[in-house]
Amino acid sequence: MDLNNMGDLNAPHSMGTTIIGVTYNGGVVLGADSRTSTGMYVANRASDKITQLTDNVYVCRSGSAADSQIVSDYVRYFLHQHTIQLEQPATVKVAANLVRLIAYGNKNMLQTGLIVGGWDKYEGGKIYGVPLGGTLIEQPFAIGGSGSSYLYGFFDQAWKEGMTKEEAEQLVVKAVSLAIARDGASGGVVRTVTINSEGVSRKFYPGDTLPLWHEELEAHTSLLDILNAPGPEPMNI
Amino acid sequence: MSKSAIDVPSQGGFSFDLCRRNDMLAKKGVGLPSFLKTGTTIVGLIFQDGVILGADTRATEGPIVADKNCEKIHYMAPNIYCCGAGTAADTEAVTDMVSSQLQLHRYHTGRESRVVTALTLLKKHLFSYQGHVSAALVLGGVDITGPHLHTIYPHGSTDTLPFATMGSGSLAAMAMFESNYKEGLTRDEGIKLVVDAICSGIFNDLGSGSNVDVCVITKGHKEYLRNHLLPNPRTFVNSKGYTFTKKTEVLSTKIIPLKERVEVTEGGDAMEE
Repeated sequence: MDLNNMGDLNAPHSMGTTIIGVTYNGGVVLGADSRTSTGMYVANRASDKITQLTDNVYVCRSGSAADSQIVSDYVRYFLHQHTIQLEQPATVKVAANLVRLIAYGNKNMLQTGLIVGGWDKYEGGKIYGVPLGGTLIEQPFAIGGSGSSYLYGFFDQAWKEGMTKEEAEQLVVKAVSLAIARDGASGGVVRTVTINSEGVSRKFYPGDTLPLWHEELEAHTSLLDILNAPGPEPMNI
Repeated sequence: MSKSAIDVPSQGGFSFDLCRRNDMLAKKGVGLPSFLKTGTTIVGLIFQDGVILGADTRATEGPIVADKNCEKIHYMAPNIYCCGAGTAADTEAVTDMVSSQLQLHRYHTGRESRVVTALTLLKKHLFSYQGHVSAALVLGGVDITGPHLHTIYPHGSTDTLPFATMGSGSLAAMAMFESNYKEGLTRDEGIKLVVDAICSGIFNDLGSGSNVDVCVITKGHKEYLRNHLLPNPRTFVNSKGYTFTKKTEVLSTKIIPLKERVEVTEGGDAMEE
């Protein structure tokens, strides 16, 4: 029994991840990859890292899977109570603040970076980053997770103020696919959630529809393609 | 390490007080006893009418097989079952605990239990013990909202999937699933795929072995197929049975068949004051 491998399977479930949140003229677009890893094994290749907090606010989760799930469960619970008491939909700022209160208050225990994004009638589309220490920072766009390291330069060059919805969605998909190409801990499919005054729309981009970058190989849709392909020519002595 | 003069009241959660004692004992040469782990291959998949769960039956204690035919598919509710991998005591205890909580909840609400209820109870418990309760679970069931399949990791994170594998044999079983799973499998196709995946774990993973247990859950009906397949029969059995060593003389033989000595009358009168 390879004890090293066994140890890996018991490692905490972490989301290597690439998560992105981008504001555009009229709302926000949240994007993420779908890989959850335990050590070197991909535990879930189609996870959904964009979790709903309220009808109009979603959060992108990165870091420890358990920690981020628990934080978003608590925030959803508190926001639900807050919505009942307020008698109107919660604002993005309140949701982000609740996330920050939990992340900062338990900073010794938690290891999760979150991006809160949504739309409300007072401020429109807003993105708030809550990285590891539990700070709260309002940003026109935010990136997080291990794959984000490869995207700082890309966003410096490609980001502009006041994009349209289509431009913003394409930017997010392009960015996540670039990170997937370079970061081993990110992979799978690209999921996006667009939130504006009209509501929420979820999109899904399977791995083989994403553009290929420098030196990447074409994806095979099925192992059967390899199995049914003609074998190599027999060697001639 | 300086000790504070005031005793801090315990706040629940795991108490690490005895860990220093254990370290001291280990230094003196008295190690901890190794615990019973279920090396394990456990799987679950969603088919057209519901959920099928599968598990092997080997329990290991280090390199030794402690139990050749243990039960890894635990009852949670009439419509919900849970496969457990990891430390056998932890999986047994946590599934028993949540099973009783679900029963109480059923009495409270008067309704059939939902899979998400079991999921939340399990995840809350495991998260609060920060991974020290070493239980990796595949939870499956059919409730009023439809069939559900979830995996729960020792640290408390969960995934919702159409097919899932856990345990040391999970890579072997996942290879079978990834090649052959498709949506809308029939009951027989689903059972065959689950059995193939568990056998793949049994024969290719040292921590899994013996027999295959299967549990099929559909709307309003469940079938627990204990030892559905026995691919590792004990083929070399001495026909003479047990014999004492040559130097032992058998003086007399008395065989007492273990049957009831007490007659139980069915029915009868109710007790009177």
